Amino acid sequence: MGIKRDTLLGPIFINNPITIQVLGICSSLAVTTQLKTALVMGLSVTFVVAMSNLLISFMRNQIPSSVRIIIEMTVIASFVIIIDQFLKAYLFEVSKQLSVFVGLIITNCILMGRAEAFALKNPPLLSFLDGVGNGIGYSMILVIVGFIRELFGTGKVMGYQIFKTLNDGGWYIPNGMFLLAPSGFFIIAVIIWFVREREISLKNKGGKK
Amino acid sequence: MIEAYLSLLVKSIFLENMALSFFLGMCTFLAVSKNLDTAKGLGVAVVVVQTITVPVNNILYQYIFKEGVLANYGFDNINIGFISLVVYIGVIAGIVQILEMVLDRFFPKLYNALGIFLPLITVNCAILGGTLFMAQRGYSFGESVVYGFGSGFGWALAIVGLAGIREKMRYSDVPRGLEGLGIVFIAAGIMAVAFMIFSGIQL
Repeated sequence: MGIKRDTLLGPIFINNPITIQVLGICSSLAVTTQLKTALVMGLSVTFVVAMSNLLISFMRNQIPSSVRIIIEMTVIASFVIIIDQFLKAYLFEVSKQLSVFVGLIITNCILMGRAEAFALKNPPLLSFLDGVGNGIGYSMILVIVGFIRELFGTGKVMGYQIFKTLNDGGWYIPNGMFLLAPSGFFIIAVIIWFVREREISLKNKGGKK
Repeated sequence: MIEAYLSLLVKSIFLENMALSFFLGMCTFLAVSKNLDTAKGLGVAVVVVQTITVPVNNILYQYIFKEGVLANYGFDNINIGFISLVVYIGVIAGIVQILEMVLDRFFPKLYNALGIFLPLITVNCAILGGTLFMAQRGYSFGESVVYGFGSGFGWALAIVGLAGIREKMRYSDVPRGLEGLGIVFIAAGIMAVAFMIFSGIQL
């Protein structure tokens, strides 16, 4: 049972797709101005990466390696279309805010990266767990970044007022910088800094023992 | 007419820079910007692929996937726009494959330098992003050529700039945890701040 737990939990904490593997950065920066879009995006990616890992893993012995990339793309794109249609039908507002970034899940490196690195070599159940783990690890960073950006950019979380802004007679002056492109880079950089610093100090401790 | 194209070109290069204001193509943007020469090669490859794929997908969009366009061929009430994602990515993968063969045959040096990153252009979000923005904004064919070139060029400009910064940064003393990717994020963030200056331009 240990290996299953490791494949599921590994990507969430130790081998996080964004901070350690540096996959799927594009969307993690672009959709995180609000917590809600970040959450929806994270769930969508989790679904797609888990399902496509499962399916590709089922087919792994039949796929000739010369055309594997196209096959992986097609599998991934099919699941993205399902998500796209689903969002349009049930969460139209959010899907409008996400605009092209739902379609861009196809080119999210996490999907190809996990399919290539894991699903092609491992049995279906493990691949599925790996997909779920990576999806959750990705969502976690997205949610953290989305939370910070929405809170400091507008003083709200999920649309609810947390800091009362100056315009409404409160005290908080929204920092518009957090809603703009560059802040995403800085926040992710700081998260990477924390994670790697912690990893280095853990390693050093282990070495002394 | 020409004025509109020119302003679209400037807009797609500077104001709506693929890498720095839409965060597209980040994976390759961060991974391949270690070395100035490789970055230049990849930049050129992206410009070429983008200038070809956006117009090709534009033709597909105009004649097949646009809402209501199938009525012209006698299929009323049928809209196959949902399938466009698969087709777009297929077109991109095909063109990248062809480009790879051409480079292998005629420019082996560049081919070797790009190595694994050429196939990765397929999964470069900037390429698919360009196509999706084109479809979302409903560009005409002429506009799509200009937009394809402009967005590709803007991306190339950003990656070459970042590679230049990283080459200089090799000699700097970076905090332990930020070494490698962390500091690259910060450099890219500062570049994005610099590019925001352009957003004040009225076209």
